Amino acid sequence: MNYSGIPRWIYGLAVVGGLFVLLPLAAMVLKVDWTQFIPLVTSESSLTALGLSLKTSAASTALCLILGIPLAIVLARRPFRGQRFLRAFVLLPLVLPPVVGGIALLYTFGRQGLLGKDLELAGIQIAFSTTAVVLAQTFVALPFLVVSLEGALRTAGNRYEAVAATLGARPTTILRRVTLPMVLPGVASGAVLSFARSLGEFGATLTFAGSLQGVTRTLPLEIYLQRETDPDAAVALSLVLVAVAVIVVGLSYRRPRHATTPVEAAV
Amino acid sequence: MTFHIDATLRDRKLDVSLSLGQAETVAILGPNGAGKSTLLSVAAGLLRPDAGSARLGERVLFNFDGGNRVWTPPHLRGTALLAQEPLLFPHLSVLDNVAFGPRSAGASRAYSRDVARHWLDEVDVAQLAERKPGQLSGGQAQRVAVARALAASPELLLLDEPMSALDIHAAPHLRRLLKRVLTGRRALIITHDVLDALMLADRVVVMEKGRIVEEGATKEVFRRPRSPFAAGLAGVNLLAGTVTEDGLRTPAGAEVGSLHVAGLLDEEAEPGRPGVAAFPPSAVSVFPDAAHGSPRNSFPVSITDLEPHGDHIRVRAGDLAADITPAASAELGLGPGSHVYFVVKATAVQVYAA
Repeated sequence: MNYSGIPRWIYGLAVVGGLFVLLPLAAMVLKVDWTQFIPLVTSESSLTALGLSLKTSAASTALCLILGIPLAIVLARRPFRGQRFLRAFVLLPLVLPPVVGGIALLYTFGRQGLLGKDLELAGIQIAFSTTAVVLAQTFVALPFLVVSLEGALRTAGNRYEAVAATLGARPTTILRRVTLPMVLPGVASGAVLSFARSLGEFGATLTFAGSLQGVTRTLPLEIYLQRETDPDAAVALSLVLVAVAVIVVGLSYRRPRHATTPVEAAV
Repeated sequence: MTFHIDATLRDRKLDVSLSLGQAETVAILGPNGAGKSTLLSVAAGLLRPDAGSARLGERVLFNFDGGNRVWTPPHLRGTALLAQEPLLFPHLSVLDNVAFGPRSAGASRAYSRDVARHWLDEVDVAQLAERKPGQLSGGQAQRVAVARALAASPELLLLDEPMSALDIHAAPHLRRLLKRVLTGRRALIITHDVLDALMLADRVVVMEKGRIVEEGATKEVFRRPRSPFAAGLAGVNLLAGTVTEDGLRTPAGAEVGSLHVAGLLDEEAEPGRPGVAAFPPSAVSVFPDAAHGSPRNSFPVSITDLEPHGDHIRVRAGDLAADITPAASAELGLGPGSHVYFVVKATAVQVYAA
């Protein structure tokens, strides 16, 4: 059976779609001044921004895992009143302009914010600090982890958990030895996507954390800044970000193949 | 040390009361949707009943009848569940799957693995210990699942059609294994198979529409079934009605009027009391006209189906069946819709109390 049933004109549009993504990237690569590439990307400000981006993205990915795994489990496993609203709100950052998210965070954790006022009294300042960068990135990246993991949990079903319970396993043991290992590929791809989203975060970070070199100026902010003064440096740094993103997405799309096989084999 | 459950679940129309002795295996039979699996889920603690109580030895599994409601979560019940599918944890080796129960109970890794090896040996799959579940055949996986359930040393083993997902070669193997390991254990087993009930169970209960409609010693239930489902499994024709001096009178139905069935009354059947008349399809002859001369029964029927049955043809007419030779069938020119008479000698009909 070789018949695909795809009309010919679909191929034409698919090619246009592919080019639409690839062409801008190619245009950027063509614009890179390769003789200056190494000095540009290894300048002090670039390395500082790259280091900060990697550190804060790692931290926000960890925070996404800590908050997102319980959220996904609650959403996937037990129906409750208002569950649809909770899901809708958790997913909101996916469609919200990041700059709006930044403003919302500012009114929560800023000096005059909802929680910020009390934190200020306790001597903790979050806005315009590295912590603010992590919070901004977590805010926009959390839905990626929750969506990916909730899907994996629903696919796996809860029959294995039921069997584990009748074998004498406490709920925490079941979570540790059955649920999480079985959805590990979902956790991994969710974490990778969260990391990638954190790495590219710009709007919420700029609004909520500002752009202080070494403190809150991540790579996307550095690129935006350089674009005004030194376009060649901006292009070179953009290429670095593209490379990191390609590696990360490549990792996450290799995984799902493994994700389904053990579960399917057991059924 | 007995198990007793008394549970009502309105959603699923379950209303059941059942007791098991110390080392008794009870088979639960019944049509699909009778509530058999629901009963097992309630016993295992995977479903909450609306009312009732259950205890396993000294342990109260749940009690919703008194003032303070008691609920023991599944992991503290000592009721291991074996389902149609093995449901082995795909990420653990066979050995660690079986060691899961003792490990969850707090035993050390080394000790749990020793226990697991013992049970893998017991179900004849010790050589598969290092494999992953994905590398096992269906029969092997179900054996490992049996070992895993037993390794948790349950006080009550719940088996939900453990053989139904296996191919015809693997099922007898597992049935023999279950016969061996269930001896001296307390277990509830759901099955659709007479052979399972006869080989594995001391007692059977028949469930219909969420209720127990018949229960008794396995051999007794199949020898003298009282419910249509048990009669179907036992392969006998069953007519229910009121016992008379020389047989049984059925109530007038929507399609057929009241029938008198001549038969042999057993000593407990009392005239005027509810009873059933049972006779095997092999004792039924098929005639184109009413047969007279007593003592015999002649029921006018309309044939619904014909199907091969061994070297005979089984002729079905509603709930009744007759086994005749292919030659006889051809001679009578039988087909669905034919109007014929099912004739059976009174001496072949057993009438007993329902």
